[in-house]
Amino acid sequence: MRVKPRVLVVDDDSALAEMLGIVLRTDQFEPAFVADGARALQAFRETKPDIVLLDLMLPGMSGIDVCRAIRAESGTPIIMLTAKTDTVDVVLGLESGADDYVMKPFKPKELVARMRARLRHHEDIASETLMIGPPESPVEIDVQAHQVRREGRPIALTPLEFDLLVALARKPRQVFTREVLLEQVWGYRHAADTRLVNVHVQRLRAKVERDPEKPEVVLTVRGVGYKAGPP
Amino acid sequence: MIGSTAPGDPSVTGGARSQLARWGVATGRGTRRLGRRFVEGWRRSLQLRVGVTTVLAAGIVTIVIGVFLVDKVSGGVLRAKRDAAVDQAKIGLNVAQDVLRPVDPTFKAAVVNAQSDISLRLNPSSAGTFTIVLLSRAGLIADDSPAAHAVPAALRRVVQQSTIAAQYAPIPVGRSGPRVPGLIIGETVPSVAGQFELYYLFPLTAEQQTISLIQRTVLLAGIALVVLVLAIALLVIRQVVRPVRVAAKSAGRLAAGDLSQRIPVRGADDLARLGRSFNDMADSLQRQIRRLEDLSRLQRRFTSDVSHELRTPLTTIRMAAEYLHASRSDFPPELARAAELLHAELDRFESLLADLLEISRYDAGAARLESEPADLRGVIATTVEANRMLAERHGSEIVLNLPDAPVLVDMDSRRVERILRNLLGNALDHGEGKPVLITLGYDDDAVAVTVRDHGVGLKPGQASLVFNRFWRGDPSRSRLTGGTGLGLAISLEDARMHDGWLQSWGEARRGAQFRLTLPRRAGHTLMHSPLPLNPDELDEEDE
Repeated sequence: MRVKPRVLVVDDDSALAEMLGIVLRTDQFEPAFVADGARALQAFRETKPDIVLLDLMLPGMSGIDVCRAIRAESGTPIIMLTAKTDTVDVVLGLESGADDYVMKPFKPKELVARMRARLRHHEDIASETLMIGPPESPVEIDVQAHQVRREGRPIALTPLEFDLLVALARKPRQVFTREVLLEQVWGYRHAADTRLVNVHVQRLRAKVERDPEKPEVVLTVRGVGYKAGPP
Repeated sequence: MIGSTAPGDPSVTGGARSQLARWGVATGRGTRRLGRRFVEGWRRSLQLRVGVTTVLAAGIVTIVIGVFLVDKVSGGVLRAKRDAAVDQAKIGLNVAQDVLRPVDPTFKAAVVNAQSDISLRLNPSSAGTFTIVLLSRAGLIADDSPAAHAVPAALRRVVQQSTIAAQYAPIPVGRSGPRVPGLIIGETVPSVAGQFELYYLFPLTAEQQTISLIQRTVLLAGIALVVLVLAIALLVIRQVVRPVRVAAKSAGRLAAGDLSQRIPVRGADDLARLGRSFNDMADSLQRQIRRLEDLSRLQRRFTSDVSHELRTPLTTIRMAAEYLHASRSDFPPELARAAELLHAELDRFESLLADLLEISRYDAGAARLESEPADLRGVIATTVEANRMLAERHGSEIVLNLPDAPVLVDMDSRRVERILRNLLGNALDHGEGKPVLITLGYDDDAVAVTVRDHGVGLKPGQASLVFNRFWRGDPSRSRLTGGTGLGLAISLEDARMHDGWLQSWGEARRGAQFRLTLPRRAGHTLMHSPLPLNPDELDEEDE
């Protein structure tokens, strides 16, 4: 049995934080709490969590800024807790680096399922190297070592971005709908918000493409979804 | 006035005439087209109207004045010439009598000599040069020169009866020169031997030149005057039309949504007043719209705040309820039941809250459409999958009638899925366990999805009521989905956001059919639906 995964809960509502603590402990997590956005980064460095639950509306420092600050130094999965349903807020949160989001009021089971999906480790991975993108400048993916290189330079991807790239690269000719990607990468059973996919494809492109405006590695198939560029 | 020889009408041959006729038809057509263009321009352009009217009025006035002027001047010139000529003839009478005294009117050579003698003695005179024609009463003509033939017979008859007469007639220049307008004065010269007729042929070339010059001058002056008047009129109308055009353009921009549009106002005339009134109107419009926008922004903020403030405690309650619900087997029976009720009602409370927030977002105008092309069949499949459990609980079968090829539509899949989920949920709730049929139809411009149930149906007049908020067809019926009563109202707003239609049909005990019609491309206006609203129109699958 592995040690319990550590969760950092960043939320200013003490009742919600306490209830989250009860639920998370029941589900075999080890929660830590911080109520102030300004102290969130310090708490993150001290607790070194496996996953972060982050409320978007925080005193001190907004959830978006906390998200950016954590993302700047770590690829640790971040799940946003948001009460805002407006697209602008959700997209802003995802663009600042969050991997996933749950809308309040969420069901505890749903939250835990999302967290497990983000913490899932590919333990059965054999040594595997994938190549996608234009032949003169391919993107090399060493799946086991979790490393991505292009023209010899390593590219730092978050685990989620890595999973997304590997999912596309494993079947280079297949077109993935956003729903299929949601299921394979995010672990959603039913179709959810496809904006998740759009935003993360954009973040991924910003890192791996030579010109994100003219993608060669992750191609859009209009009206259907995405596919990997030819190797 | 000046006489002139009219050339004979040139005869036109038959072939040329029919050709002319054809050309006439062609130009007739062209003229009609031109005419239509002119009428169109006349209706649209104030400048054209003013221009044409000015040219017509100024032209008529100029022509009247010009004709009067030319008439007066040339009359005066000719009268002076005539008076001089008559005086000359009176003077010439004595000379002629003197010369003709010894001449025998029947002896031609003598008559010819007398004629040149008279001509030499009289020419040149104060009335200008002239030609002399001498005729004897016996019919002898001095010579056969064209000048002699130029004397009209009518004049001769008058001269033979009275002493002196005058007539305008064309006269030849020299022996064989062209005829020019002229004045002929004739007089009877009695002599010892008999009666002679003496004619003075004055060419009016100089006078005609003078009159032509006057005519040309008057014509040119008239044209210049008309052009000048036209230019002045256009200049004046421009001063009026330009501010009006500026106002029209500004009004257009204002209507298009540029509320900061204003007209620069100068002076205190009527046009400045127009500009000021326009600007006042724009100010007031801008104020009103700003206020509405502020109101809408406030409403949106409120909705967002309420949403956030309610959701956080609700999340805690929800988690607590789930936690209690999960461990209800450890509780005494009453406590366990209470946990169950808490859990179940929380679901209803949540969906009601979600629907209320959604509809208030529509009311505040805060809803945004996120369209992109997607396969409508996929959305239908997802909806059916999500309702599989509900269908099983009702014992209803969901029958799909979908095309084989993808049906791409510009749509916000999340909203379309919400519409279909609502329609399918309603159909299952009211379908009494009978099959529910989902049909997808499409053409180049539009797609339609119909959801048909064969349950209780709708009473007459209820088909339009179903979209009202919190409307319930039959309050006594039990519902498994625990609908909020807002589902169809939200669906209708969702459909409207897509510029689409959501309509219903129903008959008591025969079931109901809801039809969603969407334009395939965003911004396209729907004219028809690919599927009929009344299922009876489709075929007899309905018995």
